[in-house]
Amino acid sequence: MKPLEDLLIIDFSQFLSGPLAGLRLADLGARVIKVEKKGEGDLSRTRYNSNLDLNGASSIFHSLNRNKESFEADLKNQEDLDKIKDLIKQADVVIQNFRPGVFERLGLGYEVIKNLNPKIIYAEVSGYGEIQSWKNKPGQDLLVQALSGITDLTGNATDGPVSMGLAVADIFAGNHLTQGVLAAVLQRAIKGVGCKIQVSLLESIFDLQFEMLTTYFQDGGADTIRTETNNAHAYLGAPYGIYKTENGYLAIAMASIPQLGLLLNCEPLLDFEQPAVWFSKRNEIKGILANHLLSRTTDYWLGCLEPADIWCAEVLDWKGLIKKNGFKELGMIQEVKMTDGFTYQTTRCPITIDSVNFRSGIAAPHLGENTKAICKEFNL
Amino acid sequence: MKPLDGIVVLEFSQFMAGPSAGLRLADLGARVIKIERPETGEAGRNIATKNMYLDGSSLVFHTANRNKESFTANLKDKEDLKKVNSLIAKADVLTHNFRPGVMEKIGLDYDSVVQINPKLIYATVTGYSRKGEWIAKPGQDLLIQAISGLTHLSGNQNDLPTPFGAAAVDMLCGTHLVQGILAALIKRTKTDKGAWVEVSLLESAIDFQLEIFTTFLNNGKKPPLRSKTNNAHALLEAPYGIYGTSDGHIAISMGPFGILLNILGLSEELHDLDTFINRDELKEEISNALQKKSTKEWLVELQAKGLWCSEVNNYHQILGSEEFKELAMKQEVKLLDGTQFHTTRCPIRINDETLLSSKPAPRVGEHTERITQEFNI
Repeated sequence: MKPLEDLLIIDFSQFLSGPLAGLRLADLGARVIKVEKKGEGDLSRTRYNSNLDLNGASSIFHSLNRNKESFEADLKNQEDLDKIKDLIKQADVVIQNFRPGVFERLGLGYEVIKNLNPKIIYAEVSGYGEIQSWKNKPGQDLLVQALSGITDLTGNATDGPVSMGLAVADIFAGNHLTQGVLAAVLQRAIKGVGCKIQVSLLESIFDLQFEMLTTYFQDGGADTIRTETNNAHAYLGAPYGIYKTENGYLAIAMASIPQLGLLLNCEPLLDFEQPAVWFSKRNEIKGILANHLLSRTTDYWLGCLEPADIWCAEVLDWKGLIKKNGFKELGMIQEVKMTDGFTYQTTRCPITIDSVNFRSGIAAPHLGENTKAICKEFNL
Repeated sequence: MKPLDGIVVLEFSQFMAGPSAGLRLADLGARVIKIERPETGEAGRNIATKNMYLDGSSLVFHTANRNKESFTANLKDKEDLKKVNSLIAKADVLTHNFRPGVMEKIGLDYDSVVQINPKLIYATVTGYSRKGEWIAKPGQDLLIQAISGLTHLSGNQNDLPTPFGAAAVDMLCGTHLVQGILAALIKRTKTDKGAWVEVSLLESAIDFQLEIFTTFLNNGKKPPLRSKTNNAHALLEAPYGIYGTSDGHIAISMGPFGILLNILGLSEELHDLDTFINRDELKEEISNALQKKSTKEWLVELQAKGLWCSEVNNYHQILGSEEFKELAMKQEVKLLDGTQFHTTRCPIRINDETLLSSKPAPRVGEHTERITQEFNI
């Protein structure tokens, strides 16, 4: 039995944050019905990565919406709206990530839904939480990254702002929403009450930076300064970073500099005895190390460092990664199948319970694929 | 009333992934007791950013471990272990992130602990899961970023592999741990049985990349290529990126491309180019054009026409802004000695309320005596 069996989720969300939460909950056993706009569907169906189209929709849509059903509705049409309300009466969770006010204008805000179904768990993602003057700003990942200060953390000192090359605000908001929904489902199981859960991209991306923000509050608001080269964390000392070797790249996390000097046979490093200078002189140390590591292969250096339990690793790209046994043994890739027979590969849920991975062979639905069956089943 | 009121969590976890999960559970209402070794406590007390310490422990430790209690025990000592076992018998959740084999040696592995408490949710974080050739490798954020392909997404094409400048994999893995624990607690309300929840940094790092990794898997395994300049996402088309202006920077993500070209005074012919295939050329044109005016001027013009764009803030700008104040993301934590520091609060709001707590991280063993009496161990 999966932990969320018997849980019915009506998911109005689009793009990434909300659908990611729906995907996790579906993999954990919930039944997720996507309510999609008539004729158009989730806008991410046509938001392409590398121009790649998989059987009529983007890989973004396919990766985030597998294991779900699709119900097509025109929420501005009274008949459709009534059906949706009937469906909500029988549901446990409602998820939405429209811009502030839109869901309410459609006649489906929390107050309305709570009246229809007092035990409902209502889950909402916005771009900017309770900031009134930013209510109409698009809640889009890159913009949230840019506003949040996070672009001063990645890349080197003179690079200017560098974003993290993934939708990190969306992804963390979706994961926080999932946490909130699960906490609410547990509370309801114990105490019998529903509630409203809210997260926002901006609050979530601040949470991701909680160690840096706390440091900023405490150090009197000093500038965020990345290292001149090999930066991997603006607030950590040397050697923390990625270095070029003769034939590839090597990552080294926290380590004692003189010990590194001995293990790598790099004499200049022996002079940096005091841990305090590993931070204050990190540019100089990283420069010495970067230069030294160029002279031999990644494997050679790993051979020097790993036996001494120094925290280091080779740097892989995906092609390199999927060839490794360490990766294959995870069984992280699964094949899923659409109802028309089209198959594609994607990842599975990252959580394991009682030694079982949560897999599902069900791919993403075509737009409105389940509308009729759902109407019949729920008597809409 | 908080959703996890009454839930007791024993946290053997150290560093970031496990403790960040404990922090979230604490903010959601659980009582989190750190089980630490006598005197020195958990190893994360000595991992510092900018060499900053408070009350004997690093500021990072204080950030990830506020709102918790501390119980010290030498797990190699029989008496202490007996007490810990008695605590486990009364707890709901246990978390740890020791390397595979360590808890087995102590006798606190899942099979042993379930004998003491069949209802316990036993939750583990590893670097690379419990099996396979990598299990003995250190599970650390930067190393997992390096191995998982994540470092090929940020920065520009000719830059070195560029890691995310935050412990993002640790943090994500911590959220997955919380999800697994909560799901298992939900299941327990139906079955009255505990469970073993497992997450690993590597699996979380792959999940982090799910949309683009899925693209890779179905695109003839073509590796992601960062754009030559202004890269913000290796698989997205122009204009997606951050650009220089006459006085700073601007982020532009999406919007009608023809209108963008128009406002920037660029040739209509560029509109015929494919925004993904020809993005390097397009980004170069856009980048040159944006140099001509200030960020503010561009924002006014672009936003009026429906382009999605924004200024680019540093910490001074955003953390000093009225908007940040309005978000009420900052909270005060009071230390035992009367001093205080500021940190961020839990990012989840419930019934329009933020979840706040001024309770600090514990000193090593601060609550050992009280817990010994209270749990009668």
